[in-house]
Amino acid sequence: MTVRTTAFHAVLGLAASAIVACATPAQAVTEIQWWHAMTGGNNDIVNNGARRSTASRRDYRIVPPSRGRDDESMPAATAAFRAGNAPHILQVFEVGTATMMSATGAIKPVYQLMKDAGEPFDPKAYLPAITGYYSTAKGDMLSFPFNSSSMVMWINLDALKKANIAEIPKTWPQVFEDAKKLKAAGYTTCGFSNAWATWAHIEQFSAWHNVPIGTKANGLDGFDTVLKFNSPLHIKHLQNLIDLQKDKTYDYSGRANASESRFGSGECPIFLTSSGYYATAKGTAKFAFTSAPMPYYPDVAGAPQNSIIGGASLWVMGGKKPEEYKGVAKFFAFLSDTDRQAKLHQESGYLPITKAAYEKTKASGFYEKNPTLETPLKELTNKEPTENSRGLRFGNMVQMRDIWAEELEAALAGQKSAKDALDSAVARGNAMLRTFEKTVK
Amino acid sequence: MEKSAVFHNKLLPYLLLIPQLIITFVFFYWPASQAVWQSFLREDAFGLNTEFVGLENYQTLLAQPEYYKAIVTTAVFSTLVALASLSIALLFATQADKELKAAPVFKTMMMWPYAVAPAIAGVLWIFMFHPSLGTLARPLRVLGFDWNPMLNGHHALTLAVMAAVWKQIAYNFLFFLAGLQAIPKSVLEAAAIDGAKPLRRFWTVTFPLLSPTLFFLLVVNVVYVFFDTFGIIDAVTGGGPAGATTTMVYKVFADGRLGGDLGGSAAQSVILMVIVIALTAIQFRYVERKVQY
Repeated sequence: MTVRTTAFHAVLGLAASAIVACATPAQAVTEIQWWHAMTGGNNDIVNNGARRSTASRRDYRIVPPSRGRDDESMPAATAAFRAGNAPHILQVFEVGTATMMSATGAIKPVYQLMKDAGEPFDPKAYLPAITGYYSTAKGDMLSFPFNSSSMVMWINLDALKKANIAEIPKTWPQVFEDAKKLKAAGYTTCGFSNAWATWAHIEQFSAWHNVPIGTKANGLDGFDTVLKFNSPLHIKHLQNLIDLQKDKTYDYSGRANASESRFGSGECPIFLTSSGYYATAKGTAKFAFTSAPMPYYPDVAGAPQNSIIGGASLWVMGGKKPEEYKGVAKFFAFLSDTDRQAKLHQESGYLPITKAAYEKTKASGFYEKNPTLETPLKELTNKEPTENSRGLRFGNMVQMRDIWAEELEAALAGQKSAKDALDSAVARGNAMLRTFEKTVK
Repeated sequence: MEKSAVFHNKLLPYLLLIPQLIITFVFFYWPASQAVWQSFLREDAFGLNTEFVGLENYQTLLAQPEYYKAIVTTAVFSTLVALASLSIALLFATQADKELKAAPVFKTMMMWPYAVAPAIAGVLWIFMFHPSLGTLARPLRVLGFDWNPMLNGHHALTLAVMAAVWKQIAYNFLFFLAGLQAIPKSVLEAAAIDGAKPLRRFWTVTFPLLSPTLFFLLVVNVVYVFFDTFGIIDAVTGGGPAGATTTMVYKVFADGRLGGDLGGSAAQSVILMVIVIALTAIQFRYVERKVQY
């Protein structure tokens, strides 16, 4: 996840320098532990930031040890919490939201933190499509959005030209047709593919078509939610993928994003993955490329709806000293700064979290030169979100995604029919939701 | 003479045993008892809500078809890895035991893989066999073989088995070689004089004399495939696709650490522990009888 690292270190470097700026020399250093899940890396920005921050004294120091992959940082923190050793700030990816918010006492909600610390904080300054995911039903922000993205379709423009495809496909049927043409034009091992299998074909797919993933607004309105993604539309879509997998017009690329390189290497000319893939694509692709909104089925009324975010947010852990919380609050206020947000967005491809940063980038004419970076924002704000597209909040979501992916894999490998796979994914998911409901009651 | 005459002080033997007992208790019995206790609880990830649920975790577990699938996968995986790593290592060891010029080099090189951490071994194999990045997978695909461990469970399992075997051969090789070198040359020469051909000499003389080593390695290898192959599986396949490489120990990790289901995960550990204890007991009870010391 090179992109995230870049973004992360950009912020980190800037953060360190800002906190240095407001330091009073006499004070002792208060150390703020920030556990993140960034791996890999672009180092230039880090080094610059580090140099700036070590050049002067500081009263707060952000210490950012990496805690492995996205799905490993949360378990590491829960273990640390049990041992009374939790960090101040923990980066948790979006699907960990339900687990974190249910842990009253283990976390300190962000809105509370900002109020206690007396830092200026206006929830309305943030983009609702993003903060909604991390807020209570009343709109209180629980965690601080950090690296947000949405899913887009990356297109190898040179490949389209080679296959005589004039237009970027907009709908799924067009994608299927174009992928067949691309395959005939020499892309034999992969016409189109995607990273984050369940995010693409279950979560985003449902929101984009305004159909529920689960009841209770996909779990946002209560933990007694029941999964619903075995609808005829979902089955039809999975069946299409199964058919196309047989001759590799579609080729499955795994559960996470390790196979994003299949786009950059030119193997897969159409590839759905995070908008945060931008920096890596820019660095690796030796062809003209762009991003387009996710495809949809034109016969579904109202499609496309709006996409949902992915990425991670920063959770503040409970039981720390007031002066440490003050440091955390200052850090968040710093991260919200318009210039920094705009810069971070433009460099990394992750979404700006404040309205002002979006407006500023827009006004600067940046999107005319880089339309790619506006695609996810257009998707997120395509329509007013409905209860199917505000977001999702399921307990044990990390494990549940694995279960869903298992079922998708079984279907794509031809071991199960589309219907059986989705029915089973729903049934197994529901069983986990009930277990989760019992543990948090 | 009575044995008590050796230790007049009744406390002394216990005092002498204490360090070893403490280590065993702290590093084995205590964590094991914690796992058993945990398996009766239902907890959220942070340990804020704990509830005693009795055998519910076991009931939930045994109602999952995936758990039985993991047991079968474990059986297949363990058998393949243990058989392959033992027989290949034995073959290599017998060859290395011959009077060859390059034998010392051969022997040294054979031991290297053992020094490679399981996760690194997994990553090495992924570099070779990732369907679109792998240096060896590409030629396979060019030749028209649709190699795809991302989606084909058999391919994924094969890959995990190969990586686990590769890692374990070095260890087995080392012990077999030592075992072979301990066999008196005179016995083999006597057999040769009696007219036994090399293959017959191997099966009637070498192999029985090697049986203590083989027995030891069998026990060690079974424990290896049940527990230590976890790192390899995590790096190579992550338990997928569709759970095709999810062994029991990997499921413990996936459910407990990634999924935060500590009670269910503990219940699995307890079952796994019982199985391995049983297997080891069977080996000592029955297989050991055939061992000629």
